[in-house]
Amino acid sequence: MSNARANILARLRARTAEKTPVDLDRGFESPDWSKEERIEHFCKAMRSVKTEVHLVSATDWANKLAELAKAKAFKNLLYAPAGPLATQIEAAWKKDSELPVLVTREVDVDGWKEELFFDIDAAITSTRSGIAEVGAMILWPTPEEPRTFSLVPPVHIAVVEADKLHNTFSDAIINEKWYEGMPTNSLLISGPSKSADIEQTLAYGVHGPVELIVLLIQ
Amino acid sequence: MHQTAEFHKRVKDALNNSQLRSNFRVAMDGLMEKRSNAFPDKQFLEELRITGSKLRANALVKQADLLEQLEANCTRNGIKVHWAETIEEANHIVLGIMDSHNATRMIKGKSMVSEEMELNHFLEAHGKECVESDLGEYIIQLDHETPSHIIAPAIHKSKQEIAKLFQSKHPDIPYSEDIETMTRSARQILRSKFYDAEIGLSGVNFAVAETGTICLVENEGNGRMCTTAPPVHIAVTGIEKVLEKLEDVPPLLKLLTRSASGQHISTYFNMITSPRKPGEKDGPKEVHLVLLDNQRSKIYEDEELFDSLRCIRCGACMNHCPVYTKIGGHAYGSLIPGPIGSVIEPQKFGLDKFGILPTNSTLCGACGEVCPVKIPLPKLLHRLRYEQVRNDHTGATNGQGSRRSAKEAMIWKLWSWAHARPAVYRTGTKVAALFRGLMPNKMGPWTRVRTAPKIAPKSLHELAREEGFDNE
Ligand code: SF4
Repeated sequence: MSNARANILARLRARTAEKTPVDLDRGFESPDWSKEERIEHFCKAMRSVKTEVHLVSATDWANKLAELAKAKAFKNLLYAPAGPLATQIEAAWKKDSELPVLVTREVDVDGWKEELFFDIDAAITSTRSGIAEVGAMILWPTPEEPRTFSLVPPVHIAVVEADKLHNTFSDAIINEKWYEGMPTNSLLISGPSKSADIEQTLAYGVHGPVELIVLLIQ
Repeated sequence: MHQTAEFHKRVKDALNNSQLRSNFRVAMDGLMEKRSNAFPDKQFLEELRITGSKLRANALVKQADLLEQLEANCTRNGIKVHWAETIEEANHIVLGIMDSHNATRMIKGKSMVSEEMELNHFLEAHGKECVESDLGEYIIQLDHETPSHIIAPAIHKSKQEIAKLFQSKHPDIPYSEDIETMTRSARQILRSKFYDAEIGLSGVNFAVAETGTICLVENEGNGRMCTTAPPVHIAVTGIEKVLEKLEDVPPLLKLLTRSASGQHISTYFNMITSPRKPGEKDGPKEVHLVLLDNQRSKIYEDEELFDSLRCIRCGACMNHCPVYTKIGGHAYGSLIPGPIGSVIEPQKFGLDKFGILPTNSTLCGACGEVCPVKIPLPKLLHRLRYEQVRNDHTGATNGQGSRRSAKEAMIWKLWSWAHARPAVYRTGTKVAALFRGLMPNKMGPWTRVRTAPKIAPKSLHELAREEGFDNE
């Protein structure tokens, strides 16, 4: 069994010299879009796959969050107390005692997996950046905002900064120099989870969030 | 011939099943339309296909080096890399990992390589539970079936059939033919499986050598669940999936999702570069990558057939295939159906087993035209037709010459002999014209739906000469 590696590589190498090298031009072109155009593309693409997008400002997004949380009658909302959104969320929650309970857990997810899987209604996270062309958010989950926050609860709310939108996925990789080092997990997310496995008919809400709400800071 | 008879029986059964035919017709029409809408600009599409094919070809040319680079980077990142020449080896690697954790429960994301390994079957024989979590895969697992399409595994089933299946397996859930309701039921049923599973298994869409990153394309979130919730993640991939650089991913991703289902991007694009690091609060503590050869390095040997390794498994060639659309995926009898299956499977399992598949094509060219990485599928189908009748024993393809028939070979010999001798040829056509009245009206299956061809009283040569054309 230990020979597998050597055998496979030897078989490939025996033929490599015969193969014609490929003349590659990796200069991928990027559209020439203004910030407004990026916002427009991003919103249009995200909404086309049933993402709820709200345009907000850097100062009032937490109020919008509070308003949505109330209107949608969440029982609770998971957030990251050490994350970049915490201060504003906590301030908004102080103003209104009728809001859903804010949930936070200090320990590893393993310690409260059952609660996370079966009792949390919604979670909010920040995002790293986004891709205008196809309408996707980029997340590099952190110890403060773990991977499961954007995956397990039925509703995921994400805060995206319009200033950080890239035109294309290629731009994101190159401008942010991803090749210098990738995190444990990085994600592109474009909408709520969906499937077309039954008769090619689209149905939303499979294993990931049933609803995706984006607060886009202009 | 055994394989031919069995194949014909499956095709006949499929053609006689009007429900099945309508399921495929409707689904394939929808997929073709979605793809076409996703590429409104044909020039853009063509340029992107050229880029895509070059990126894949480049990675294949450098494959040995890139696999080593991938291994080095994964290892540095903490991902354990395993190599397997055969599916037996790959299965034992997965079993070994499970056993080392005393694990019995596996949750699986969609992986055609695990289907190729018949992993579920193997692990179940060793007392392990394997639950498919992709909705389509889950449906066919409930019915003990194999996928009929590489992207939409349960596409052969109607919603009524699925509703009945759900009812028989989960009688506690109220009967519903509503697709969203059924989808939500699957969410409910599988949630506790994700919660409980000790091992999560996934496939791989791209493996990036530059950074040691495993990339997964999906819509349901089950792929993310399998690679995030259980304490151990095992990814299985064919060795051909490696790419050189991270920046090679976006053009291929764009081609993949648009060709497969007309989506500009999938709901999730999941990039995994390491297990959980100290301080991180979730994610698997162990990540394994199993690199499976299973004949791929053999396909690599042939300068022409090597192109088939560029495939990114989008399914467009089957969606556009007039034969696949009529007979569906199961009739092929192979794991991967459609044009790409007819090229890959005979090479993997031998022409003696699947040599019938390359003949199962009208060579209309649609597959080659839509393939996002420009695999010349019609040319490769042709090539494999040649491989199965050649007898010079110089090709590398498994089962070469296995479908050669002495009678057919003799007829062609005679044919070329006659065509090289004008006198014989002329006499032959004269004699044929003279006895044209003796041609039977019934000529087997051909004349069941067609009138029998008749030999013309005068050959084309004669007519041309009468019109004043001369050979000289
Ligand atoms: S051969 Fe081409 S069209 Fe067919 S599945 Fe592979 S990439 Fe897609």
